[in-house]
Amino acid sequence: MGIWDKEQYVREGVPAYQDERRFTQVGRSVPKIDSPAKVKGEAIYTDDMVLPGMVYGKVKRCTEYAHAKIKKIDCSKALALPGVLAVLTGDEAPNKWGIVPQTANETVLAIDKVRYNGEGVAAVAAIDEETAEEALDLIEVEYEPLPVLLDPFESMKRAKEVLIHEDAPGNILHEGEQVYGDVEKAFAECEYVLEREFKTNMPHQGFIEPQSALASYDPQSGHLRLWSSSQIAHYLHRQISIVLEMPMNKIRVTVPTVGGGFGGKGEACTNEFVACLLSRKIGRPVKVTYERNEVFYNNKGRHPCYMKMKIGLDKEGYIQAVDFDNTLDKGAYAGWGIVVLFYSASMIHLPYKVPNARFRGRCVYTNKPSMGSMRGLGGVQPRFAMECMLDELAEMMGISPYELKMKNAIESGYTAINNMYVPHTEYKRCLQKAVEKSGYLEKHGKLPFGKGIGLAGGYYITGTAYTLYQAYKPHTSVLIRVDTEGGVTLQCSAVDIGQGSNTAMAQMAAEALGIHFEDIHVQTHDTEIGTFDLGTFASRLTYAIGTAINDAARQINQKLKETAAGLLGCRADHLVIKDRKIYSMFEAKRKTIEWEKVVETVINTTGSLAAVGHFSPPRRKGIDLISGNRAQGANIGHSPTFGFSCQIHEVDVDLETGKIKVTRVTESGDMGTMINPMAADGQVEGSIVYNLGGCLYEEQYIDENGIHLNPNFHDYKMPTVMEMPEMDINTLTDSYDPTAPFGAKETGEGAVQPTFPAIVNAIYDAIGVRFTEVPITPEKVLKALKEKKEAAGK
Amino acid sequence: MKQLIELNINGRVYEVPVNPRDLLVDVIRKKVGLTGTKKGCGQGDCGACTVLVDGKAVLSCLTLAITCQGKKITTIEGLAAQDGQLHPIQQSFVDHGAVQCGFCTSGMILSSKALLDSNPNPSREEIKRAIAGNLCRCTGYKKIVEAVEAASETISKEGVK
Repeated sequence: MGIWDKEQYVREGVPAYQDERRFTQVGRSVPKIDSPAKVKGEAIYTDDMVLPGMVYGKVKRCTEYAHAKIKKIDCSKALALPGVLAVLTGDEAPNKWGIVPQTANETVLAIDKVRYNGEGVAAVAAIDEETAEEALDLIEVEYEPLPVLLDPFESMKRAKEVLIHEDAPGNILHEGEQVYGDVEKAFAECEYVLEREFKTNMPHQGFIEPQSALASYDPQSGHLRLWSSSQIAHYLHRQISIVLEMPMNKIRVTVPTVGGGFGGKGEACTNEFVACLLSRKIGRPVKVTYERNEVFYNNKGRHPCYMKMKIGLDKEGYIQAVDFDNTLDKGAYAGWGIVVLFYSASMIHLPYKVPNARFRGRCVYTNKPSMGSMRGLGGVQPRFAMECMLDELAEMMGISPYELKMKNAIESGYTAINNMYVPHTEYKRCLQKAVEKSGYLEKHGKLPFGKGIGLAGGYYITGTAYTLYQAYKPHTSVLIRVDTEGGVTLQCSAVDIGQGSNTAMAQMAAEALGIHFEDIHVQTHDTEIGTFDLGTFASRLTYAIGTAINDAARQINQKLKETAAGLLGCRADHLVIKDRKIYSMFEAKRKTIEWEKVVETVINTTGSLAAVGHFSPPRRKGIDLISGNRAQGANIGHSPTFGFSCQIHEVDVDLETGKIKVTRVTESGDMGTMINPMAADGQVEGSIVYNLGGCLYEEQYIDENGIHLNPNFHDYKMPTVMEMPEMDINTLTDSYDPTAPFGAKETGEGAVQPTFPAIVNAIYDAIGVRFTEVPITPEKVLKALKEKKEAAGK
Repeated sequence: MKQLIELNINGRVYEVPVNPRDLLVDVIRKKVGLTGTKKGCGQGDCGACTVLVDGKAVLSCLTLAITCQGKKITTIEGLAAQDGQLHPIQQSFVDHGAVQCGFCTSGMILSSKALLDSNPNPSREEIKRAIAGNLCRCTGYKKIVEAVEAASETISKEGVK
């Protein structure tokens, strides 16, 4: 079953027993283990669940204003409605939550004032949804409108007059500067210097499954269970504990099937707290599922960025300095903000050698629904700026953008000026491959007006180096149990949000244990059954879990080998476990025994086998390597290893309508070993179409009063199949990171990075206009074409 | 206000009490208990709630349940064979990696089935048009289109068991 690429895994002249890359389970395109249940409609998502006695919760939202004092909330009429069991207001749960504990400033429901349009002000529990909705209408809220701040620059300017948060002077969540080397001196010596400004949009993750949470509090035992569609079982667990003032060991978080996340379910959500609080109030299970407009009000999408970037090249075209200034529109609450700010700072250091760099940035509160973590967090915006500018700089130099990028591309073992270390990269080969497969050099600059081709590269982290709260514990632990009855069980609280981590885990565990992936029972998604995992974000799972699996499997294998050695009459360290057999590497045919037989023997002797394996990322200080000075926030962006990719987009610009059609995308990625090539391809294809939407169509429109104008899929336009370009995915099949488990690195977020700039560079090639703002709507294209024509006429 | 109606879903007749304003998606999910039909937007924009009514792909979040009396409704739970074998479209989605989070999958498969039932050998363009009303945020659609193409070949060759 599945495709196993022999070419990739069998290296000539390397004997099997010495070849750590000769995989049998990893590298196979097996169907995802949960896909049969999904195609039958049998996978259980949170909203599919019903518990005995379950009732429904709904949130009353402030839909009139984006910034207003709450003068009075009267729930008495709602409470009197037959079928209503409880109401909840913000003052009943005043503890502040937020994924970054230092900046946690959100309450479950607004207390004293609302800071964005659609913020929750009260909640009800009722016997059915209709009654709950009716009750919402009976809740009376009196507001006193406050001035609304929607632009981060205005927000800073008017901070003396209007403060969004009392404890955030200047309406600034955080401001930071990172200086490495001497940019001013470097620019002075540069031959080519370019300075540009860019602005990005406010897209939403657009997962198709709305948030849903089901809580069940047992008054007798004092235990709380929460089922929720979340990417971060652990961080959610922590936040619930803080807000409900209950110890974590009295709370169990279970994540049913998740209908997509893309970062949008990467922090706790109001509905989860509301379900828990209402359930504790009434001692019955309470479910709170969002309508689509509530998903948009909750937002937590990508931060709009106002960026100024300056890049200097020497005479030969080598980058000498990058100066980057970034103002992020935070929206109303902190959430991931400080992390996104400093990720954007780190993104200028790779995938090119930058000897001098400076970052200045600030994350500014506005009265918009809060931004959060969205696929490719912190990377998409600066990558857009940098790759477009390198395209323009190449033109200034009169060379191909490909040549300029190859010249500056990093190599394995590179240490950036901020002390970020890249153990392995095949970035140059990604550029080469995509260029070769697309015919970029033959087409670029030579296509008829209206047609264009654009190139861009990118990279992303393979997990983070730090927890969001200060802790030194391992970021992931797995428990592997082997016995004759239950088979092989792999436990971990990690969450598969559809990307296929459960399947990858089974493949990696089978590889490490020398058995078949079908043999592994994967038990995840639960904080009580599973060992610790930090969460599904930052493209961290494969690397983190893979490392922990290897650690646990080594312990299990050691026990099996010791027993098998006795049974076979040879040394344990000569034994190999592969394909459900244990055999001597020197006498594979003569000294061999069934894996199952050895397991049985071990269990009959000492009982069932279990081992816990851990992963702790390497820690590096974010310092300026020249001065040795520690740079503020510069630990953010470090990662055990990094993935790289190049995309080449071909576009057709309709000169009449201004519509842009991406016709063809040629991609080449370096993700190390692909654990499951079919799934990996799916991540890349999904990424391309995902950010194609962000580049051309997607925007949450907020009017001058802060009212959300398109909180629905009708007016928030995501790509359909009709917008899908032809996609030629050429992931390098022989990339292998020797420092990574099974040689594997990230996928899933790296491939969203080059999409904006590749499209924008292609549009320039097509019509000679360099766009610096996304989304590039037909209106913008027509306006630009008109201006261009007028300028030419003068 | 409630009235008892009969709904024929996947060949079985269910007697369900409904209000005239009850939507088919809610009746199928909550009253009948077939939760394979998904609700993604509630406004007919995402296609996750697609079911077949008399063989046609219909958005069940825009359909009143009472209008479906006397009609044949097929949900995702009604596709596999009696012995549990997957329908060729379902099998093809599994084999081609066309499923990620799975939330659009039921609707995608039913839109594809409506197409293949009336047009067993569609062109790529026809496939795209048939699923143009189904949003998928995970896959980029490529593997879904490939899965439907492969399923149409299987059905042409072997038929549906």
